[in-house]
Amino acid sequence: MHRLPALRRALPALALLALAPTIAGAQDTTQKGVRIGLTYQMGVKPGVFVLPVAGPGGDSLRAIVQRDLDHGDRVTIIGPEPDSPLAGLPRGAGGRFNYELYGRLGAAALVELAPTASGVRATVHDVASARVAQTRDVTLPGARTSHAWRWAVHGLADEIERWITGVRGIAQSRILFVRDGDIFVVDSDGASERRVAGGESTLLSPAWAPDGTRIAYSQMTPSGTRIVLHDLRTGRQRPLVATPGGLNITPVFSPDGEVLVYAHGLEAGTDLFAASARTDAAGRRITVGRGTDNVSPSFSPDGRRIAFTSGRSGHPEVYIMDADGTNAELLTPFSFGDQYYRSNPDWSPDGRSIAFQSQIGGQFQIMTISLRDRSIKQHTSEGRNEDPSWAPDGRHVVFTSSRTGTRQLFVLDVESGRVRQLTRGGGARLAAWSPHGVGDAAGS
Amino acid sequence: MHRLTRVAPLAVITAVALIAAGACRRDPEPAPQPVVNQDSIDAARRADSIAAAERARRDSIAAAERARADSIARETERRNRMMAEARNTLTATIYFDLDQSTLSDQSRATLDAKLPLLNANSGLRLQVVGHADERGSDEYNLALGQRRAAAAKRYLTDRGIASDRITVVSRGEEQPVCTASDESCWSQNRRDEFEIVAGGDDITVPNQ
Repeated sequence: MHRLPALRRALPALALLALAPTIAGAQDTTQKGVRIGLTYQMGVKPGVFVLPVAGPGGDSLRAIVQRDLDHGDRVTIIGPEPDSPLAGLPRGAGGRFNYELYGRLGAAALVELAPTASGVRATVHDVASARVAQTRDVTLPGARTSHAWRWAVHGLADEIERWITGVRGIAQSRILFVRDGDIFVVDSDGASERRVAGGESTLLSPAWAPDGTRIAYSQMTPSGTRIVLHDLRTGRQRPLVATPGGLNITPVFSPDGEVLVYAHGLEAGTDLFAASARTDAAGRRITVGRGTDNVSPSFSPDGRRIAFTSGRSGHPEVYIMDADGTNAELLTPFSFGDQYYRSNPDWSPDGRSIAFQSQIGGQFQIMTISLRDRSIKQHTSEGRNEDPSWAPDGRHVVFTSSRTGTRQLFVLDVESGRVRQLTRGGGARLAAWSPHGVGDAAGS
Repeated sequence: MHRLTRVAPLAVITAVALIAAGACRRDPEPAPQPVVNQDSIDAARRADSIAAAERARRDSIAAAERARADSIARETERRNRMMAEARNTLTATIYFDLDQSTLSDQSRATLDAKLPLLNANSGLRLQVVGHADERGSDEYNLALGQRRAAAAKRYLTDRGIASDRITVVSRGEEQPVCTASDESCWSQNRRDEFEIVAGGDDITVPNQ
């Protein structure tokens, strides 16, 4: 919301003078746009006005939906402060909205949320064509502001984002992370933070199963580190039997949820292994590191390739290989004398790029590399920034940053560069963003 | 035994003096002739002699016991000191360069000092715990710690120590001994620690 005050301040003047052809012009363009019921210029974020919501809890419902849409970074939230005379623009005669006025305010869409007996009726109005684009009754379970209620509201916000932009939002998703050696989970908006696993021993590197019902992480024991599978529905935890003693770290699930790939090391380097996520069959080695360290695997979305960190060239670099361990190649460009440290790759859900961390001037920064032309973009520069994990929209990345003094999680929009802080309080690190469609299993 | 010879005449003189003093107070009556009861004198002498002998016997035993206890205490202290030194030698930490698992000359010397103790005590078992500083990736540092622990183990097993007597574990950057963000701290955290997991209660220290 931090970029909006200027626009907000200008709104009363614009409305009174009924001018603003440039803003209204967003709908007049002849340029070819994306057409999902609404029309807007390519590269321009459509303005969305979330109408005030009547009734008890209306304000919090509106606030959550508005914030979720804002966090999606695909629309521009337009709307006067709640105490402005413009906040409650009434319907005109015949219950028809004054679409022209909203159009002059820069709104391409109006979001109307009307409480019902069981939840809310959500309606999206197309301002340019002065008609209702979508409407749906949504059940909101549980008490207002309960976890289940908030979760359902996030789902509604994601659906509204899809109606307006054609792309489902990511509000109804969660992020696993490590705090003080325990595994925590937090909703994408930073709310409903809670511990899901922990105790005496240090837990690290949580990972989601694709359906979001199970997670895996590593657990330090007196004699080593093992992989633990944890069912979020039942709370049942079991060590992955396939992992022998020694070091067993950085588990990830294959996209079909059947295979766990993890790093195992004892006395001759650390290599990536693959084991069944269902049975107790022994794992098989898939990298040939010859005494070097190979860790932090990440599957391509089709499950056919794996990105990972390897020290095989003398210092850590990001490599990609086929899922069976063949055809390994250096992903990040290498030049002689270059002592940069690159690690912790995470393959984007659309398969087109890989996020990783690179040491620049002694500090890690978040980078992405395009798999089409191997072009690299640096996304952070303030403090130490590491361990990127993609959101299911393939546009946002959660990462750990030291910029506030302690290590906290931040969310980056790789297209706009906008960053917001996700966690506060005790330090947080090693985040893993859930896939879409995670149920409420990780809930209360 | 010289105390016995000095004590007996003293008792006789004391007895005579006491009798004389008692006679003096009865003046002006004519002093009776002193009656010398040779039997009682002999009896007193005998009693004194027996007591003195008994005392001497007890003193001698106590002295011997003290000497023995002192000797045991000295030996225990010496032994404890040697044990502590042996344990310190066995658990002495070694340090590494940034992102490296190669052993420096200093680290090799520290490991060499452990060898005679490991050779003389076949029941000794060690766990090598590898650590990293905070600068690298949290996850990669776990592998680095493992590699550092394995490097120390390999050095020892290459010099004849049975492989099953040394286990390795990594704690990555999770257990720093120093938490400031500067090289003086980082260099202390890039380390292998050594824990005695068996045979540490009674260590035979070989002759130098």
